[in-house]
Amino acid sequence: MTTLPATTEKKLGLVIDLDTCVGCHACVISCKGWNTENYGAPLSDQDPYGAAPSGTFLNRVHSYEVQPPQLKDQPKPAAQLIHFPKSCLHCDDAPCVTVCPTGASYKRSEDGIVLVNEQDCIGCGLCAWACPYGARELDADEGVMKKCTLCVDRIYNENLPEEDRQPACVRTCPAGARHFGDFADPDSNVSQLTAERGGMDLMPEMGTAPVNKYLPPRPKDVAPEFDVLAPYLEPIAADAKGFIGWLDKALSAMPGGSK
Amino acid sequence: MHPAPSVIIFTTFSGLGFGLLFWLGLGVIVPQYWGAFIWFTIAYLMAVGGLLASTFHLGHPERFLKAFSQWRSSWLSREGICAVATLIIMALYGAGLVFFGTRIAVLGVLGAMGALATVFTTAMIYTQMTTVPRWKHWTTPVLFLMLSLGGGALFAGQVKLAMILLVVAGAVQIFAWQTGDQRFSEAGSTLETATGLGNIGRVRAFEPPHTGTNYLLKEFVYDVGRRHVQKLRFIALSLGFVVPILALALVQITPYTHIFALFAVLSHVIGILALRWLFFAQAEHVVGLYYGKR
Repeated sequence: MTTLPATTEKKLGLVIDLDTCVGCHACVISCKGWNTENYGAPLSDQDPYGAAPSGTFLNRVHSYEVQPPQLKDQPKPAAQLIHFPKSCLHCDDAPCVTVCPTGASYKRSEDGIVLVNEQDCIGCGLCAWACPYGARELDADEGVMKKCTLCVDRIYNENLPEEDRQPACVRTCPAGARHFGDFADPDSNVSQLTAERGGMDLMPEMGTAPVNKYLPPRPKDVAPEFDVLAPYLEPIAADAKGFIGWLDKALSAMPGGSK
Repeated sequence: MHPAPSVIIFTTFSGLGFGLLFWLGLGVIVPQYWGAFIWFTIAYLMAVGGLLASTFHLGHPERFLKAFSQWRSSWLSREGICAVATLIIMALYGAGLVFFGTRIAVLGVLGAMGALATVFTTAMIYTQMTTVPRWKHWTTPVLFLMLSLGGGALFAGQVKLAMILLVVAGAVQIFAWQTGDQRFSEAGSTLETATGLGNIGRVRAFEPPHTGTNYLLKEFVYDVGRRHVQKLRFIALSLGFVVPILALALVQITPYTHIFALFAVLSHVIGILALRWLFFAQAEHVVGLYYGKR
């Protein structure tokens, strides 16, 4: 049914730390790799080695430049470059689910993961229209809607070693910028991170109540003006003495020289 | 939004087809036998043709039967059900007129209500999109209904009715355009709210995720049409409303009734196609913000 569950037992999702993300795109690659070989239709590419390549991705990393405003104590604040991974936020009030005409899109009542049953998907694209985040992409080869599954085929997979039972993007992140857990449990790692660091929703005005949270970049500390070489570069002889001193005065007295 | 030809053809012609079915059902014109056959053929060609066109943009049209299942939550599902129910009811009503020359009033009124419901549910598919602020407004369903009723009356040969309805539809369209231009900024979504980075400062899209394009950019970030908006609005308004109304006025005062009526119909259809192209091409989806575009 494409009506949303009133509540879900667990609220599985991701915390993405914008302070830590280095923009390496490893999560993009591991996501594409895992999800091409496992659950559902593969993530196809069009013209991958040609002049105009494009393809289906469930996770994309944007980069934004943020320019802080000028302040009295910071007349020339430096712009910040912030890398911004974006995938499905597994919203509590997921508009993509309710618009689906076939029931292919659904939100699981047990863990809150939003999934697409690809056997039922007619590829109308309406769910992608309804998503403000661009989390859903219609695969050009398969004609079905693809989206982040939160690696549902990893997190419960007992054939994998325990440390691998988390989404591929989280497992692969070399910076530790991605965290996976249950937001319904106030003591979980993700709940605590969100509380400590002020985890935020993207586009809260859209009313989607996203489960995934983003940790804002920590405030930049401002280093005082400091130069390690400065003490060694001070002029040693300010006033010349002796013969050099006489020569300096004599030359300065001649016309044409700088006084 | 990408102005897919299939969706433009669908909304234009099914709107006209169901509009004509509405007036036929109400008994504003009661054709019989061969006459009824021609009227109903025209209506069904437009209504069914439009619906079939809409299946062309589906990834898996062969699974269309599944789309009737989610009427509890999905406007698209409701639209499918309303359309099929209306077409079945009106087929029975039409059969009465074509084969027996009898009007079964109950079926006609029921079918007319179904036709209205179909157009309304079609409009709600777009109106429900919070992500497209230009559409999320009461003018969207009102406009779809007025255009369907006006165009239907035009096809049904109801000169005075069509003139009044087209004037109203044109006025609603102008109002929708004028208010629609502010709606994206009124909705309050910016790159700052999209990224949550607004409390640090002004946000600028520095690098897109990939050097190439993608489904999202093709489907939602269509800015070609926005450059010629004023010209296209003028064309849509002229061909869709002004020319047909003038032609209908000539229908009443000159003996060349059929020529001017045909002219009115053709001009109206072209105008509505332009108007629907703008409806999609001009609509800005909030996902464009993530790409520094709208």
